[in-house]
Amino acid sequence: MRAVDAIMECLKAEGVEHVFGIPGGANLPTYDALYDAGIRHVQCRHEQGAGHAAEGYAKASGRVGVALATSGPGATNLVTAIADAMMDSVPTVFLTGQVRTDLIGTDGFQEADISGITMPIVKHSILIQDPRDIPKAIHEAFHIASSGRPGPVLVDVPQDLSRADIPYEPVSKVHLPGYQPTTEGNAKQIRLAAKAMANSRRPVIYGGGGVINANAGPEFRDLCLSDNLPVTCTLMGLGAFPADERQWLGMLGMHGTRTANYAMDEADLIVAIGARFDDRVTGKLSEFAPRAKFIHIDVDPAEISKNVPAHIPIVGDAKSILPKLTAEYRALEADPARLEGWWQRLHGWQEKYPLRYDPSEDSEIKPQFMVEAMFEATDGQAIVTSDVGQHQMWAAQYYGFTRPRQWINSGGLGTMGFGLPSAMGAKVACPDQDVVCLAGDGSLIMTVQEFATCVDEQIPVKVFLMNNGYLGMVRQWQELFWDKRYSSVKMGGSPDWVKLAEAFGAKGMLVSDKSELKDAFKSALAEDGPVLVDVRVSPEENCYPMIPAGQAARDMVG
Amino acid sequence: MGEPGTKEVLHLEDLEVSGGGRTGRKHVLSILAENKPGVLARIAGLFARRGFNIDSLAVGPTDDVSISRFTLTVDGATHPIDQVTKQLHKLVHVIKIRDLEPGETVARELALFKISCQDGDTRAQVMQYADIFRGKTVDVSKRSVTVEVTGTDDKIAAFEELVRPFGLIEMVRTGEVAVARGRSAT
Repeated sequence: MRAVDAIMECLKAEGVEHVFGIPGGANLPTYDALYDAGIRHVQCRHEQGAGHAAEGYAKASGRVGVALATSGPGATNLVTAIADAMMDSVPTVFLTGQVRTDLIGTDGFQEADISGITMPIVKHSILIQDPRDIPKAIHEAFHIASSGRPGPVLVDVPQDLSRADIPYEPVSKVHLPGYQPTTEGNAKQIRLAAKAMANSRRPVIYGGGGVINANAGPEFRDLCLSDNLPVTCTLMGLGAFPADERQWLGMLGMHGTRTANYAMDEADLIVAIGARFDDRVTGKLSEFAPRAKFIHIDVDPAEISKNVPAHIPIVGDAKSILPKLTAEYRALEADPARLEGWWQRLHGWQEKYPLRYDPSEDSEIKPQFMVEAMFEATDGQAIVTSDVGQHQMWAAQYYGFTRPRQWINSGGLGTMGFGLPSAMGAKVACPDQDVVCLAGDGSLIMTVQEFATCVDEQIPVKVFLMNNGYLGMVRQWQELFWDKRYSSVKMGGSPDWVKLAEAFGAKGMLVSDKSELKDAFKSALAEDGPVLVDVRVSPEENCYPMIPAGQAARDMVG
Repeated sequence: MGEPGTKEVLHLEDLEVSGGGRTGRKHVLSILAENKPGVLARIAGLFARRGFNIDSLAVGPTDDVSISRFTLTVDGATHPIDQVTKQLHKLVHVIKIRDLEPGETVARELALFKISCQDGDTRAQVMQYADIFRGKTVDVSKRSVTVEVTGTDDKIAAFEELVRPFGLIEMVRTGEVAVARGRSAT
């Protein structure tokens, strides 16, 4: 069997139904095998788009996303998506073509050392040297990408080896002596954690993207609801706990709610679950949660005590640990009355500092209003992807996510241009759900070519463009911290977005009056094909509240 | 009610931070890794990316051809060693890491010193020092002598200090290799 045909067999054995990519010289054999392999290939317009689509697919479905690219520029175009998948722990496999083995190292046409280039930004990579290793490598890649702390795995296949004839036998087991993630969690530590929680008077549960990666949303909710425990989540963890629950404090961090950030500041015990104390969460590290002891539950032992020293570390899979922790905690029958004072304080903040903005008095569309209209038009049920910037933060603040995998964005790397291609991937994974990309005008143009993919491949994503004519978040920082010296943030020469959508063969709509917004969204959602709604919002609205960079939760402004 | 004995009070104030922090001493890490292409680059790259410094590094085969041994020395005063080892463990090709306890370890390094000797007196003196350090004279020319010294890095540093005044033309060190004392495998 040709090695590339074996690759197809392996992909199918891994349950792969969809892949994203672009063919080229070095991966021609792969595409020949793909021609009638029975796997749907989504032909993207740029490899970065293919990479983010694979991420969106993985984030929406929990399955491994797969992107293909050829050697050299095809592979280097994947780099941003690979780095993004690494930062946000997205289970992905990147399959690149490489030049023939006799050309490797000669600066051959379209040669790039992609395994070298990506070494710092992959969970693992495999450069194929013997074609007989290919089936094993593919299965190892899927196993590594999806287990433990998920992440991107690159498999680089030289063109000549991909055409080689190999004996193919299905691989039933992967053996990796150096890779055995801990999943179970130490029982003694879990018991100690429960005890600490039962004896805490000012606890906060702090959930991150790891809860969602572990498919532990229900287990997380059970733990929180087993008592009247206050809950906050990171940007990546939104949806792990329903935003309409009474115990929800809102997101924490730089643009989180004051209540969530003040709660961290005054807590005596913080239970971190699948979260990594990122600088966007902690602000000034030396002043972060100064009164708290930390329980830290994470599948990656290297995250524990990396930024904030843990008092009770628990290494393992949240899905397996949380039910045990809940059971231990329930058995202690902690007195809920001990939390009354804490809740009084939390409610006080919630009343005094709700998320708020000044509604416009005329027809002007405030960006926050746009997110609220989006929420209403979708009944709060859509899968929402976003780009990076103000609109992303407003979405996180104002679209109350109620289930895991509903919110798809680039948190760690902060990749502008992530929204449209990831929406494309999410829609392929979840064709029966509404998938809306809340885009920024600065971001959308970075990957706008994927509209062609959406039209061509009939992937009906809805792009709601928050158009303020600026690189809004950068403009906000220049306004607040750089004396309003607006350096290169005005998006002059932006396209006529309606015409652009139409040029791609999609539908374009323009809305600049707030009274028309919700209906416009509804009619966009009712369309069969991809739609872009260009929403003109207040150009210089700032995203508040915020912890200025390098400051503490106490220093929140706005 | 819960089971008796499960409800004793735990004072949060009594909880201590576990692990982390800096030890303030040199650490010798003995790493077994699969003998795969690029594994050295992965380990070196990890140190570079995370901002850890490698003081010395020695790589060689083991009795099993599919496995290589890396002996790394790292300064525990500037880096949290448990973070270094945990990050190393995340490399799929890394099989085992042992942070060798100084008292329970035999560590050796080999160094070659090429020393300027303009006359017989100097040469005799250098060779005498080499003797005291149980070194070996491995090459002699009219104007130089090359000495091989084996030992801990302290011993090699001491020899270097001693011969430097004669005119040290060059010095080559292998970096430390180490094994645990006693019967147990490193």
